[in-house]
Amino acid sequence: MSIEARKPPPQIALKIRRVLGGKTGWNGIAVQFAFAAVLGWIAYEIVSNARANLENQHIAAGFGFLANNAGFDVNQTLISYTGSDTFLRVFLVGLLNTLVVSVVGIVFATVIGFIVALCRLSPNWLLARIGEIYVEIIRNLPVLFQILFWYLAVLAALPNPRQSISLLGIAFVSNRGLVIPRPIGESGFEAFLVVLALGIVASVVLRIHARRALFQRGQMIRIWPYVLGLLFGLPLVTILVAGLPFSFELPQLKGFNFAGGSRIIPEFVALTLALSTYTAAFIAEIVRAGILSVHSGQMEAGSSLGLSRGTTLRLVVVPQAMRVIVPPLTNQYLNLTKNSSLAVAIGYPDLVSVFAGTSLSQTGQAIEIIAMTMGVYLLISLITSAVMSVYGWRISRSLGA
Amino acid sequence: MKRVILALTLALAAGLTAQAAEAQTLKTVKDRGMLSCGVSQGLPGFSSPDDKGNWTGLDVDVCRAIAGAIFNDPTKVKYVPLSAKDRFTALQSGEVDVLSRNTTWTISRDTSLGANFTGVTYYDGQGFMVKKSLKVNSALELNSASVCVQTGTTTEQNLADYFKANNMKYEVIAFGTNDETVKAYEAGRCDVFTTDQSGLYANRLKLANPGDHMVLPEIISKEPLGPMVRHGDDQWFDIVKWTLFAMITAEELGVTAKNVDEKAKQENPELKRVLGTDGNFGEQLGLSKDWVVRIVKAVGNYGEVFDRNVGAGSPLGINRGLNNLWNKGGLQYAPPIR
Amino acid sequence: MSDITSSSFVRQDLLDERPAPVKTTGFVGLVRTRLFNSPTNILLTIVGALLLWFTIIPSVRFLMVDAVWTGKDRTACLAENAGFTVGACWPYIQAKLPQLIYGFYPEAERWRVNLTLVLSVVLLVPLLIPRLPSKGLNAGLFFFAFPVVAFFLLHGGGIKGFGLSWTADLLQLFDDSIIGAGKALLGLGKTSSAAPLLWVVGNVIMLVGTAIYWLIFPLTWLRDQLQGTGQSVWADFAITAAIVSLIAFVLGGGLRTGGRALTSSVVTFAAIAIVIKLMGLDHGGLPIVQTNLWGGLLVTLVVSVTGIVTSLPIGIALALGRRSTIPLIRIFSIAFIEFWRGVPLITVLFFATYMLPLFLPGNFTVDGLVRALIGISLFTGAYQAENVRGGLAAIPRGQGEAAAALGLSWWKTTSLIVLPQALRHVIPNLVNSFISLFKDTSLVSIVALFDLLGSLRASFSDPKWSSPSTAFTGFAFAGIIYFIFCFGMSRYSLFVEHRLNAHRRN
Repeated sequence: MSIEARKPPPQIALKIRRVLGGKTGWNGIAVQFAFAAVLGWIAYEIVSNARANLENQHIAAGFGFLANNAGFDVNQTLISYTGSDTFLRVFLVGLLNTLVVSVVGIVFATVIGFIVALCRLSPNWLLARIGEIYVEIIRNLPVLFQILFWYLAVLAALPNPRQSISLLGIAFVSNRGLVIPRPIGESGFEAFLVVLALGIVASVVLRIHARRALFQRGQMIRIWPYVLGLLFGLPLVTILVAGLPFSFELPQLKGFNFAGGSRIIPEFVALTLALSTYTAAFIAEIVRAGILSVHSGQMEAGSSLGLSRGTTLRLVVVPQAMRVIVPPLTNQYLNLTKNSSLAVAIGYPDLVSVFAGTSLSQTGQAIEIIAMTMGVYLLISLITSAVMSVYGWRISRSLGA
Repeated sequence: MKRVILALTLALAAGLTAQAAEAQTLKTVKDRGMLSCGVSQGLPGFSSPDDKGNWTGLDVDVCRAIAGAIFNDPTKVKYVPLSAKDRFTALQSGEVDVLSRNTTWTISRDTSLGANFTGVTYYDGQGFMVKKSLKVNSALELNSASVCVQTGTTTEQNLADYFKANNMKYEVIAFGTNDETVKAYEAGRCDVFTTDQSGLYANRLKLANPGDHMVLPEIISKEPLGPMVRHGDDQWFDIVKWTLFAMITAEELGVTAKNVDEKAKQENPELKRVLGTDGNFGEQLGLSKDWVVRIVKAVGNYGEVFDRNVGAGSPLGINRGLNNLWNKGGLQYAPPIR
Repeated sequence: MSDITSSSFVRQDLLDERPAPVKTTGFVGLVRTRLFNSPTNILLTIVGALLLWFTIIPSVRFLMVDAVWTGKDRTACLAENAGFTVGACWPYIQAKLPQLIYGFYPEAERWRVNLTLVLSVVLLVPLLIPRLPSKGLNAGLFFFAFPVVAFFLLHGGGIKGFGLSWTADLLQLFDDSIIGAGKALLGLGKTSSAAPLLWVVGNVIMLVGTAIYWLIFPLTWLRDQLQGTGQSVWADFAITAAIVSLIAFVLGGGLRTGGRALTSSVVTFAAIAIVIKLMGLDHGGLPIVQTNLWGGLLVTLVVSVTGIVTSLPIGIALALGRRSTIPLIRIFSIAFIEFWRGVPLITVLFFATYMLPLFLPGNFTVDGLVRALIGISLFTGAYQAENVRGGLAAIPRGQGEAAAALGLSWWKTTSLIVLPQALRHVIPNLVNSFISLFKDTSLVSIVALFDLLGSLRASFSDPKWSSPSTAFTGFAFAGIIYFIFCFGMSRYSLFVEHRLNAHRRN
């Protein structure tokens, strides 16, 4: 006969203590209660004050206003929009404008940032100094200052449309922005697009295949001539066979402005310029720090294997540097997106400008509108940080392997 | 943590707050010893500061008149310059007691914003200004033009309506403040600047070469401008309303800042009633008996105020037009004080 | 044996002197090794030189050579009057300088701004030089005394009571709110279906409120009595000083060791008394200058200094909260930090401008400048929290454990052992945040406050000075000011970093 092990005494109290108070026990629970009480009190005060104030001021509450007519026009719209559309539509228009300026800004900022970083790391003394001066000047001036500088000083100095600067007679620069020819699809345009897409897909597949061959069998396949052929040759052949599938609509000066063509408004140009040059200075520092963080022995080992400087950089140094670079780089991208809200200062119709600015003053519903605006930015940054933690997890896993 | 912040807020706030209880604005104003008045950030003729921060203009004179009626001292006003966007919030939150900031009276503002218009200080309408060199003579020739407009105003919506109704295309460029808008127009960012016609004349003075610009004849909207107060304080509403009426009545009766003392001694029954030597209308408003005398001494009658700020005696040189008295072909009309 | 010297393998004559190695130091060496050592490098050098040529020459021409230095209005800066393409229009800056620095601050009162500035420099400079002694006192003066003095100097006005009255007011506000909540619940109980429950909860809350009312009654009674007397400020001051000194004495260890605490408390109160007397705070103080008259560099500095002073405590508290073992506090801190870090500052300022007034009781409004300050403090505080957290994470666990082994409480461990080390670690990061804050103050111009950039922009619309080069001149001037401040701070942060890492070098 065996004696069954006695059950441990029930430690309900201890369990509750652990769950509620963490490591600090009953003290912690007491503190939490006090804290919750204070929070509750503040929340109560805020809600009751807000309700009383709204009632006093006869401000409508709720999101019903989103279905109302906005009644004002917007300068740059990516989706069709007129003054008789709803505030919800205004919200979307603003959001898209924010996203487009952010994406374009991010692309330029990355390119400029890498170039400046390479300048700073360059063995050429003059270039390194120029890079340093660029970074120091740009980093030490407020971004709003730079936006206003580009908009009020530089772009305002451009001539009016009638005296605009002509670029080869097809594009025009004036203080109303840059006007470029717009491609208009004609018959066979869809087929052309399909061919183009096919070319891209085939190139990607080719590259995946080549990499697999390299990693699994150690076989080098030269793919770039085929990729070139697929990307450029194929569409060219289609054009030769079927004729040009699109024509260009040339801008023409008519009345006050250019008619026809696509126009990039100066507010967009100023904002993109300022944001990308500003962020580029920070990106340059991040990239530089990242490349410097890779041990110099790596470079030497690469060259002892007979790799050229460029190849060593590309295959050995940069992949290792990327681990250091990517997290702060994403942070900068996020900063750029948030800084794009400064558009409100120069009248570029971004989310803050048309929604938290114009719509707010037309409707007076501050709480809903500001909450929605903040929510959008919060969502963007939460998604980014979620993606980043997945990335970090993968990096640490691959390092562990 | 948050408690610390709140305590901090309260401590800071205590230093800089102004009591502005909802239902008793007059008492608050008297306790504070100052009238807090929302004005524009700078619109010559209506409210603009000089280099030393002294404010002048038609809208400013309304504030001065109210302060004169309450304190017998038109200087007891704190001017809060507000952008078009901020103005209603400032009024609602009690930051200002009265909003005298060339604001258009519309039904939606009167009902949904929780504020009341107390009258019309200036009958206006939206117009357009262009460079003379463009050789445009009518707003109907503005197809495909770029238009600068201040955001958060009725003008922005009128503009959309007008171009749509006339089947014209345009590009709108909206800015947060009046100065930014004018600056962008001057820099050539747009061909046309639109706002209330009085504002066009006023802003033209801000341009480097006013002679190069002209105001187009079309008026595309009705824009009655007037002061606003919060809902829910009828006494305060009455004070602001009757201050304006007192100014108009004074003009009707020929009472000016110069002759007000003399007129007060005359035996005319209407003059006696208005100027407070007979009856106690001022006290019923919560003011003193001689409230009209105080107002007229502070700023003069409506005609004087108009002339001095926007009319013939000012750089703007705007005609009285609709703003003349009702018996001289205009719309300014005050209910009788009796 | 053959003579070794006759061997043909042995050199007979002296070797020719080899040319000296190519100089790799000094200017010539630099030119040779880092500028013209290869064809690519030569090309890059030429590109760089061209780049400099096309940026520096025009800038110098604009700022100095072609600049107009004197004049009364725009006519002096127009090309047709000057006779050449005009560069910078400096008389415009001269004319607008007072506005760019003081805004509309009344001319007669501007000495107050200057005095505040001098005070801040006198307090700040010794704080920044590591060699100078008594950092604690200095920091105390700068972070606690200076803001208060600066407030009364810049804004003016006096005080009606002192510690006792303020405490009583604050407690009464708290109590009123509790009683208000109770009444609201009771009111709700009349119509709601959960009436009995609401009635009970409401009554309990009312009971608590009433209890607190009687608890603080002596305090409020005393305050009312004091307000009645003519010398309320001084009476209140004396009572507060006595109470606080007594508490300091008892907590400091009573008769045994409390002497020091008592002395320092008495000295502090004496200093406060002197300040009150000097500035005449007990009878109205200096004439009030409303904040809407403030502007220019003054606002920029006020906003950034306030942000710096307030954001650090907020940041430390949030960082400690985030590392706390108490779940609710940790969750709250994380949410708070991530929220403010996730939104752009401009929306925070919009929030502070439009929504804060809605959240406060209807009977008081907060000044526009204070609203912006609250927004900026919370925003920067969240960023500082992450900096401080980095510092906390860098402190080895052993430090805390050693402190615990010595029997120090959590508060003592944190304030005496962990925080001083952690903060020292992250000074460069903190300074970098201050630089961002200083730059970000320019955003207040969007919510209608006239900081340096806002004043600059306002000055552009003056027709008296409108000329083609006005905008460039203004931006050049403001840019130089911003650059001096930010660059100075960043150099200082580098200096501190070098000092901190001194032990790691060699």
